[in-house]
Amino acid sequence: MKLTNWLPPLLVVLTLVGLWQIAASSGFMADTLGLEEFLVPSPSEIADVLWQDRSLILDNAGTTLVEIVAGFGLALLCGLAVGVALRSSDLIRRAGYPLVVASQTIPVIVIAPVLVVWFGYGIWPKLLVIALICFFPIAVNTLDGLRQTDPEAVKMMRSLDGSRLGTFRRVEVPTALPSIFTGARIAAAVAVIGAVFGEWAGSDKGLGHLILQDNAQLMTARMFASVFVLSLIAIALYALIGLLERVVVRWR
Amino acid sequence: MTATVSARGLNHRYGSLKALEGIDLEIAAGEVLAIAGPSGCGKSTLLELVGGLAGQSEGQIEVAGQKDLAGRLRGCAWMPQRDCLLPWYSALDNAALALLNQGRSKREARADAAGRFEHFGLAGFEGARPDELSGGMRQRVAFIRTLVSGKPVLLLDEPLAALDAITRAELQEWLAPVLAESGSTVLMVTHDVEEAIYLADRVAVLSPRPGRLVATIEGARDADGGRDEVVSSPDFNRRREELLHLLRSAGGPAA
Repeated sequence: MKLTNWLPPLLVVLTLVGLWQIAASSGFMADTLGLEEFLVPSPSEIADVLWQDRSLILDNAGTTLVEIVAGFGLALLCGLAVGVALRSSDLIRRAGYPLVVASQTIPVIVIAPVLVVWFGYGIWPKLLVIALICFFPIAVNTLDGLRQTDPEAVKMMRSLDGSRLGTFRRVEVPTALPSIFTGARIAAAVAVIGAVFGEWAGSDKGLGHLILQDNAQLMTARMFASVFVLSLIAIALYALIGLLERVVVRWR
Repeated sequence: MTATVSARGLNHRYGSLKALEGIDLEIAAGEVLAIAGPSGCGKSTLLELVGGLAGQSEGQIEVAGQKDLAGRLRGCAWMPQRDCLLPWYSALDNAALALLNQGRSKREARADAAGRFEHFGLAGFEGARPDELSGGMRQRVAFIRTLVSGKPVLLLDEPLAALDAITRAELQEWLAPVLAESGSTVLMVTHDVEEAIYLADRVAVLSPRPGRLVATIEGARDADGGRDEVVSSPDFNRRREELLHLLRSAGGPAA
């Protein structure tokens, strides 16, 4: 990767962290917010806790990562299937599209405890909450991508003996791929939020669970450390999908 | 493989809008018929109806003895005005598309299409992506894609319209023997008066919308000599004047 690509964002992050460090360690933040200093940790304190409690944080991060990957995978399957189904006929699109939009209006924070009651404390409620959040951007972007298909190319395929499936595979899917990847990247970024909500509704492990416990015990530095790791997971997933897109969508 | 094309009493409407009216056409096997007429007169619609890509409102169309849509689709290969090359495929895979659609293995389809690359002046560009090709090369790949389908009737919708004047003239000279060798029956829409006369056996003139067949004149397809020689001959000039006159009196701009 070129220096000019990653240097600007790195400088911005370093500057912000530096300002935070100065504001926190000088007591400026605590004074401004009217709080005890231990409630406003500095980046160096967070880094310190991250290192001290690394095995605890990593252990919980592993649980959350499994939930995120499985939930995202489920959303990807459902989102692609629904996107394709909505494209397949106008009737299905008119009937189904409002439901897809409605799925996004469900307040996850309300539905998560219900899912815990239904499915218990295992992985399923978290997985479903993540899938519910991730499903919408994937389904909508799949549909939008498929609808970008050039009608002339479809006619050309029909005239050259292309079957419906052949046209779908050779023309529509490649047309939709950039859009599908955009949906997947958005979903990857919000999957982490789903995991935290899922764990808050009922769990005995995971970073969301750890954050809840640390919050109750006013262990703010470790709480921020968990948030930092959650962000890293989201960024890694986002970058991984971006990388995959560059490998698959080579013609752009 | 050759086939005849005919249309009788053909009418077509888009809702309340009349696109074509009372079209009667006969195209002999192996003949090249160009269709000229003002923009929006229904030339492209006529091509799509013949090719079975849409059903006509009234009248009868027959392609190689087939009257229904599926039969017409089987008999015709349609080449759109834009080349419609798929950017995710190489030039070779684009050219082999019809063969892949017909269920041939990738290897077979590629070998078959690759055999035409040299003849079409595309040798060495098999692996190129469409955006690496010039406009003229893209159009030639689209021609291979249409020809290898093995259909007896070719429907060419302004195949050279997107090209600059010099490339267009070059491709006209290249296309004439290609069409002759293929032995296909060709129905070609064009805005270019010279192109119509040079490439076709006959040129049919349509009126402004709703498109009606105004007249048919002889083309210069069987004239001997290179393109420059043919298009500057007195005979060609006479036909060009005649066609321009017909287009003007039909009531629309010729090009």
